[in-house]
Amino acid sequence: MMAELLHTRELVTGYHQGGRRIVVSGDLPELTIGAGQLICLLGPNGSGKSTLLRTLAGLQPALGGRVEIEGRVGLSSAELAKKISLVLTDRVTGNNLDVYSLVALGRYPWSTWLGGLREADREAIHRAIIAADIGELLGRKVFTLSDGESQKVMLARALSQDTPILMLDEPTAHLDLPSRIRLMRILHRLARELDKGILLSTHELDLALQVADEVWLLEGGGGVARSGADAVRVDLPTGSRSGSAGVPFHKGTPEDLILEGIFEAVFAREDVIFDRSSGVFRIPPEGQMPIRLEGVGVEAFWTRRALQRAGFAIMDGAAGADSTGGGAGVGVVRVFVEAGRPGWLFEAGGESKRFDSIAVLLDGLHRHTHLS
Amino acid sequence: MKVRLRRFRLGGLLLLLGLAFLFDLSSGPIRIPLRDIFHLLFSRGSGDPTWAFIVRSIRLPKAITAVLAGCGLSVSGLQMQTMFRNPLAEPGVLGITAGASFGVAAVMLSGGSMATLYAIRELGSPGSWLIAGAACVGAGLVMLLVLALSSRLRDNVLMLVIGLMMNSITVALTSIWQYFSNPEEVKEYLLWTFGSLGGVTGLQLYILTAIVIVGLAAVFLSSKMLDALLLGENYARSMGLTVKRARVIIVCSTSLLAGGITAFCGPIGFMGIAVPHLARLLFNTSSHRVLMPASCLLGAILLLACDCIAQWPGTQTVLPINIITSLVGAPVVIYLLVRKKNLNIYR
Repeated sequence: MMAELLHTRELVTGYHQGGRRIVVSGDLPELTIGAGQLICLLGPNGSGKSTLLRTLAGLQPALGGRVEIEGRVGLSSAELAKKISLVLTDRVTGNNLDVYSLVALGRYPWSTWLGGLREADREAIHRAIIAADIGELLGRKVFTLSDGESQKVMLARALSQDTPILMLDEPTAHLDLPSRIRLMRILHRLARELDKGILLSTHELDLALQVADEVWLLEGGGGVARSGADAVRVDLPTGSRSGSAGVPFHKGTPEDLILEGIFEAVFAREDVIFDRSSGVFRIPPEGQMPIRLEGVGVEAFWTRRALQRAGFAIMDGAAGADSTGGGAGVGVVRVFVEAGRPGWLFEAGGESKRFDSIAVLLDGLHRHTHLS
Repeated sequence: MKVRLRRFRLGGLLLLLGLAFLFDLSSGPIRIPLRDIFHLLFSRGSGDPTWAFIVRSIRLPKAITAVLAGCGLSVSGLQMQTMFRNPLAEPGVLGITAGASFGVAAVMLSGGSMATLYAIRELGSPGSWLIAGAACVGAGLVMLLVLALSSRLRDNVLMLVIGLMMNSITVALTSIWQYFSNPEEVKEYLLWTFGSLGGVTGLQLYILTAIVIVGLAAVFLSSKMLDALLLGENYARSMGLTVKRARVIIVCSTSLLAGGITAFCGPIGFMGIAVPHLARLLFNTSSHRVLMPASCLLGAILLLACDCIAQWPGTQTVLPINIITSLVGAPVVIYLLVRKKNLNIYR
């Protein structure tokens, strides 16, 4: 059983505005972050991910309930800073800071009252630099960093703070795909090797599904824009908590949530569909034409993607290769590999045609469907 | 290596400060050679008694005032720039300076023969106490108001807006007073706003010294907080900084420095905004543990230099210090910024 780092009870997040309580997430279940656990906080835009994260981190007060850090409540901000470190979406660009000084600022809760660094501080900074892999950036000024580099540097700053809990607010935003994957890998490793409890909010579902030990899923206001009057749940100061509807919340291992169809329920709209079998979101094709696909391996996978994009609904070919004929839709595409090179055979109405690339195949199919 | 270079530069500045101090003592309507300055300072009873009087009772207090004002205004400018994360912030943004001016205007313009009041001030008699006291009260009132408002705000940028509004209000109130006063009175007030390092002598100098030392101590203690604030308030908070407490310390120390110096010397512009930039350019760092002493030294050197220029040797005219600081300092900053191409100090 892993050590429990953070535990919430009856937490209600939100804020005060003009004397009114605006509840963002109510009726939250008990949330826990354990050592060595990587948790991804997912949810549509405006579902309250940042508010929840900021409340857990102590940046804003909870409207109700409490957050226990290692079994204690009411930690001072100095104590809290030794338990939780943060990577926020706030951009840190100017100030003439160089990367090393920025990482060293993470030692703030530990350094002397004048900000002096001891030997232990320098070691922690060194470890953070290694862990976040930013050794070659040290001499640079912060404003010269790319988004990906900047995010890694901010991670190093949080690591040098040397806290058991690490929270990141959309750390993968603005990053290109390789940088996102690299960052996720680093986080995954940190949780495993340094036994940190990591909570990050993200929109990268596929990445989250790959690395997360647990997913917290916040359901938005049913897809309604949050500017709408009924989307913002207003609770009177005297109102009981049961009066607020709260935002539905799901948590569990990512695979369970997929199998229970919760991802589809939360994210799917008429303009987006969630493919349960591959765990990715797709743009639904319009005016689908059924087509049968036969083949295996990478070639078949990418052919499937191309056909889906081109507006075909794929019927599984493996089910009945012989019982094609009627109901085969447009026809059958067979993917094969000959002398190390992929090839495509399109069969329709007794005729068959051979193609050497997906581009030519799509072109041929396009002509075929428009002629018939 | 880096640390050594930094120490070397700080040492160089210290040396430069000493030179500027001596040069300031020697320059004036009556030129006293540097060698004689040494004699007058370090061997009592020797040299020309007139020179001794000039140096000991006029120029020494003035030079010390220049050092104090240069240090105080520069570091409080640095505090404001970091707290508001704005390269244009200066000690006056909180409205403290305007508050001091308002106090002075209230006293100067509220009747009585200003010519006599001005004469008293020049002689270092109770009149100057009245003006300094009025300025302190004005600055203190604005500070209390800003503090009261700041406890209601989460965001430092809103503080900046409040400061600017306070500025506008006090300037407007002063203008009302000016509008109903006669031209001579307005002119006296105008002369005060030009700033002067020469009016602080005797007990006033001790008081100014005490104010600046207390203010500087608070500022140096806030270095660590300011470092954390470089990353913005959310990060600062996440690192354990109590932002509101930091704000109180910063507002109080800046008020003490800017208010106190304005009370005794009149408003001296430009130092607070320019010197921190010079310090950053020269030391290429953002650590306040380095920038604070650097700003102190640079500010003192610059104000001494401006004072030398204001009373250019060989001429009898003495220009107001406020004019010189802007006229000389601003082009220096422009030149340095353009040459170093380091324009993204805050971006």
